[in-house]
Amino acid sequence: MRLPVNSGWLLVLPFLLLVGGLFLGPILNVLWISVTDPALGLENYAQLGSSDTLRRILWTTLRVCLICTAFSVVLGYWIAYAMVHAKGPAQSRMLGLLLVSFWISVLVRTFSWLMLLGRNGVVNSGLESLGIISAPIPFMRNELGVLIGMVHYMVPYAVLPIFAAMQSIDGRVVQASRSLGGSGAQTFWRIYLPLTKPGLVAASLLVFIINLGFYVIPAVLGGGKVLMVAEYISVQVLVTLQWGTAAMLAAILLFGVLALMFLMSRFMKLSTVFGGART
Amino acid sequence: MTNTSGSLHLKSLSKRYGAFTAVDNIDLHIQRGEFLTLLGPSGSGKTTLLMMMAGFQDITSGDILLDGASIAHTPAEKRNFGMVFQGYALFPHMTVQDNIAYPLSVRHRPKAEIDARVAEMLDLVRLTGFAKRLPKELSGGQQQRVALARALCFAPPVLLLDEPLGALDKKLRIEVQAQLKDIHQRVGTTFVYVTHDQEEALSMSDRIVIMQNGRIEQVGTPSDLYQNPKTAFAASFLGKSNFLHRDGAVFALRPEKIDLAPEGKASGSNKVTGTVQSVTYFGAVLKYQVDVPGLDLIEVDVDAWRSGQALPAGTRVDLTWADSAAVRLSDQSL
Repeated sequence: MRLPVNSGWLLVLPFLLLVGGLFLGPILNVLWISVTDPALGLENYAQLGSSDTLRRILWTTLRVCLICTAFSVVLGYWIAYAMVHAKGPAQSRMLGLLLVSFWISVLVRTFSWLMLLGRNGVVNSGLESLGIISAPIPFMRNELGVLIGMVHYMVPYAVLPIFAAMQSIDGRVVQASRSLGGSGAQTFWRIYLPLTKPGLVAASLLVFIINLGFYVIPAVLGGGKVLMVAEYISVQVLVTLQWGTAAMLAAILLFGVLALMFLMSRFMKLSTVFGGART
Repeated sequence: MTNTSGSLHLKSLSKRYGAFTAVDNIDLHIQRGEFLTLLGPSGSGKTTLLMMMAGFQDITSGDILLDGASIAHTPAEKRNFGMVFQGYALFPHMTVQDNIAYPLSVRHRPKAEIDARVAEMLDLVRLTGFAKRLPKELSGGQQQRVALARALCFAPPVLLLDEPLGALDKKLRIEVQAQLKDIHQRVGTTFVYVTHDQEEALSMSDRIVIMQNGRIEQVGTPSDLYQNPKTAFAASFLGKSNFLHRDGAVFALRPEKIDLAPEGKASGSNKVTGTVQSVTYFGAVLKYQVDVPGLDLIEVDVDAWRSGQALPAGTRVDLTWADSAAVRLSDQSL
C-alpha cells in the first residue's frame, strides 16, 4: 500500500502538531486580536499614524537596535578574526569561552552591569575614591546603559556566523593577493572583507532580529527612560489592558522580522550562487 | 616583453621547525629566463623552498639574492614575484578581468593601461572573450590559465609555480604543459616550477633539481639527469632503473637500454641469462620482468613493433647491454 504522502512525514508529525498548536495558533490569535479588539477594523494600526508615543517608541527601538547591531558586528568581526587565526588549542579555548557566555542568564548579566557601572557601582565608586571624578558617571539608567548591556549580550551571536565565513576562506587566496603586490590593507578591503560578506550579513540580520524583541535589558538598564517595543507591549498587556494595541505592536514586530528573514534568505541564496569563499 | 632581471641565488638556505629540518642548506643559482623545476616526492622540501622564495616562509638561515641583492627579509608583496598556486587561488568574487587586473590595480596603474594589459594577457592565455566570467564558471584548465595570466600581468622577473597542473586530468595536463612552455618562451620570465610529476619535469624544464629530505639530490638538464643519474634515488625517481652490484659499486641500468634475445642468440661483454617471468603489452613497448639468478628481477623495455611477437613467460633469454648503458652511482649499496 502506498501512502498518498511520503511516510517520512510521520516522523515529523509530532513536531508539526506542536508547532501548529503551540506556536502558530497563538500567533494567529494575536493577529486576530490586533484587528478585533476593541472593535473590528484597522483602528489599532491607525494609531501608528496618530500617536506620537507609539512613533517615539518604534523609533527608539529601531535606533537602539541599529546601533547595537553595528557595534556587535564590528566587535564580533574582530573576535572572529582573532579566533580564526589562533592556533589549535587556543582556538578551542576561545570557542569554549564564547559558548559559556550563552549559558549565563540574561538577568544575571544585566544585574552584573548595574553592579559594575551603576551610580554606586564598582567603577564609579572606585573613580570617586581615587578623586578622578566628583560625581558618578551616568553609565546606567539611560540609552548608553541599554546599549552596553545589549551589545554585551549580542556579540557572541555575531561572532559565530562571521567565524564560519572566515573559516571557509582559502588561505591561499590571501597569499595570492600578497604575492600579487597587495598590501595588508588592500588584501583586507578587496579580498578578505568581500569574502566574509555573507557572514557579516547573516550576523547583522541575526543580531538585529533578536534585538527587536529585547525586554529584560532595556527594562533593567534603561531605568524606565528607554522605552522599547517589547516593554511597551508588556505594559499594555499587564497594566493598561489595551490588548488590541499590544497585539498590533506584536504584529508589527512579527512582520518586520519576517521581512528581514525574507531578505536574509535571498542573500543566503545569493551567497551560494557566488560559491561562498571556495572556488 | 623581456626582463633584464630575474636571476636568483639561494645561499646555504635552511628551514628548521624545532628538530625537523625541512630545507637543509640549499645552494642554487637560477639563471635569468630559465625554466627550473624542483622535483621531489612529498616531504622533500620543494614546496617549503618555493614558499621561502615567495616570502611566505621565514628562513632559518642562509640568504636569497635577486640579481645580487638580498630579498631574504623583503615581505611577499614587495618581492614582485608572480605566483601560481596549487588550486589556483583565484579571487572567487571577482571576474576574470578583475582577477587579472588585480596586481596592476593594487599598484594604482591608470585604467587604460590596465585594460590594455589585461586584453594582452587574455590573448596570451587564449581566453579572450572570457573577461566577464566568474572563476566558478570556468573549467579547471581555464582557471589555471587565468591564474597564470594574473601572475604574469605585472611582468614579474620571476614566476613561482606550485604544482599548477595537479588538479587537471592527464590529457589536459599534457596540453597545458605545451602551452606553459610556449608562454615561458614568449615572456622570457624566470620560471621556478614545483612538481612531483617526473614527466612534467622532463618535458618542460631547462634544468631539474631533484630534491629529497630537504636536500638537493642532483641538478642538471633533463637528459643529463636521465642519462647520468648520480644516486639510486635520482635514477629511480626520474624514470625507472635496474640496479646492479659490480666490483663493489652500484650501477643503474635503464630498462630500454637492455637488449633481450632468446638464449644463445646474443653476445657481448655484458651478458646475463635468465627466465622471462612476465611480459606486459603497453602498445609502444613490451615490458619484460626477467628473473636472473643472483640478481633482482630485471625490467627490460622492448620496442613492441620491432621485436614482433612477445616471448612467453618461462622462455630462457639473454640480456645484453653496452658498457656505457650502465651508470655508476655514488651509492655504495642500496
